[in-house]
Amino acid sequence: MASHRKEGRVEGAQALLLVQQVLNGVQLGLMLFLLSAGLTLVFGMMDFLNLAHGTFFMGGAFLGAWINATTGNVWLAIAGATAVMLVLGALLEVGLLRGAYSHGHLDQILITFGLIYIGNDTARMIWGSDGLAMLLPPSLNASVSVLGLHYSLFKLVFIGATVLIAGALAFVLARTRIGMWIRAGAADRETAIALGVDVKQLFTLVFACGAALAGFAGALSAPLLSASLGMGETILVPCLVVIVLGGVGSVAGAFLASLVVGLVDVLGRTYATALTALVVGPTHAATLGPSLSAMLIYLLMAAVLVLRPGGLMGRVQP
Amino acid sequence: MSTRLSPIGLVVLGILVLVPAIDAVAFGNYYLMSVGTRILIMAAAAVSLNLIMGYGNMPSLAHSVFLGVGAYVVGACSYYSRATGAPWLLDGFLQLGLVLVLSAGAAAVIGAICLRTRGVYFLMTSLALGQVFYVLAAGAYQFGGDDGMALDFRSRFPVVDLANMPTRYVIAVLFLAAVIYGSKRLVDSPFGLALRATRMNPRRVLAVGNEPSRVSLLAFVVSGAVAGVAGFLLANQTDFISPSILHWTTAGDLMIAIAIGGLGTMLGPVYGTIALLTAEEVLSSTFTYWQFAFGLLIVAVARFAPSGAGELLRRVRLRRA
Repeated sequence: MASHRKEGRVEGAQALLLVQQVLNGVQLGLMLFLLSAGLTLVFGMMDFLNLAHGTFFMGGAFLGAWINATTGNVWLAIAGATAVMLVLGALLEVGLLRGAYSHGHLDQILITFGLIYIGNDTARMIWGSDGLAMLLPPSLNASVSVLGLHYSLFKLVFIGATVLIAGALAFVLARTRIGMWIRAGAADRETAIALGVDVKQLFTLVFACGAALAGFAGALSAPLLSASLGMGETILVPCLVVIVLGGVGSVAGAFLASLVVGLVDVLGRTYATALTALVVGPTHAATLGPSLSAMLIYLLMAAVLVLRPGGLMGRVQP
Repeated sequence: MSTRLSPIGLVVLGILVLVPAIDAVAFGNYYLMSVGTRILIMAAAAVSLNLIMGYGNMPSLAHSVFLGVGAYVVGACSYYSRATGAPWLLDGFLQLGLVLVLSAGAAAVIGAICLRTRGVYFLMTSLALGQVFYVLAAGAYQFGGDDGMALDFRSRFPVVDLANMPTRYVIAVLFLAAVIYGSKRLVDSPFGLALRATRMNPRRVLAVGNEPSRVSLLAFVVSGAVAGVAGFLLANQTDFISPSILHWTTAGDLMIAIAIGGLGTMLGPVYGTIALLTAEEVLSSTFTYWQFAFGLLIVAVARFAPSGAGELLRRVRLRRA
């Protein structure tokens, strides 16, 4: 009888862990979506691959942490970081990138790669090389308990804010005239121009909004990850996986792929060791499991590429 | 795109290669030689990347993986030789064989997946897949994890002693010469012709009886194996391995070098690497914030001299004529 109750408790704890990890996966996925939405639209519309997209993420994280430290206001920090990245994105597009669309991909890669160097060193000049933590006020740094499940309040806020943004983005893209133009530009630039869409100005808007979304994601992530140099290059990699998985230029595809990547990554890290132990035994699993879980999203990408080279929701590639 | 090996270019390169040697022999100054060895090895890696990127339209950011495989074979052999006391693990030929098999194998897997896509999609896929190996290396705690580790032993060859710096320099020079010569021969061969043709019109390549993806994959594997050997030499030069060599930015740097020197030219990548790494060396010893200046330099080149400084020179020459 007693052992029965104990087993029940263990199962209950397992279920709670699963719920918790699913929430973590959703949170990671939504963050990836904020980043990849801008990246995929920019690429879809202008055929422009911005390797420095992660630099906006880093900029947002540093700015957020810095404004938060000076003013003590988290909301101001997040809004400020987003606004600065919006302006910076617009300036960059008009001042530097606009002239490079006619160049080949190689030059675009070069320019944005150079921007990574510039961005990292600018952050180092201003904030030093140690990185910056973003401390939450006690009111946010709490956890909520529902049915025995304890979960960080801030992560819930993160999920809520991101869902709102994703909803707003979906509304703008699906229901407004500007959204229609953007979708038209991403689907077929030439035809959109021929039909009188001012793709050039539209693109400045999309690029700036993409930078702002990345900055927003950075500022929101700063309390969880803390701002550090080089975080932009690290986050770029799963974002590219999301874009390739979802199909380039498709925001809906990016949303789906973000959630898949987030869930697979987090759940993989939680359960890979236990699952590999079933196959190879616990001693090998302790070393094999973590490596395997780190590789999961890439294996997923490889599998999708083999089965559907255009991505989950992409059109067939040229 | 050109497969010409310009005689002037070769002569200038020969003079550049002699400078560190003279500095070392005549003035006892070994600094240039030590920097030069690394530059020449990276130049060979750039030539191998240019082979697939310039002639085969495969802009791969997974190239750092093969450098890393080469370096980690040396590191792993050194580590296990110390752990087990087995001296045969340090045999250079055995290590080279391992490097060739493993880097070609990794290239075959990565290439087969990435070749499902083309152009910038290829770039994205190769970046993502390449990072799998970075994560693996960073998680290999016996080899120092994120921090990397200093090598206990270099690879051992009969007669040649890799602990001797001038020896390493001569080997780097010979390796670069062999890679340039080899890629020239390859690009000029019927296989190279097919490879260049896949870049222009894959359908016609198929029509004349070559499977384009097979041609591309073979080139990718050859290029990866060459980069593996470059990684092997690099580890022996620096006496140190770290996962940072596998980070995609290493391949990004090679790509920049190729773009500056001229994509799809025989000697462009070599000059690009020499220029880029020399600039990095000078800037990093002069400024604290050298990456800022370095980034500005790259952006300026891409913005104002698209298709490389070599192309700019050629255009200036044409205008004069």
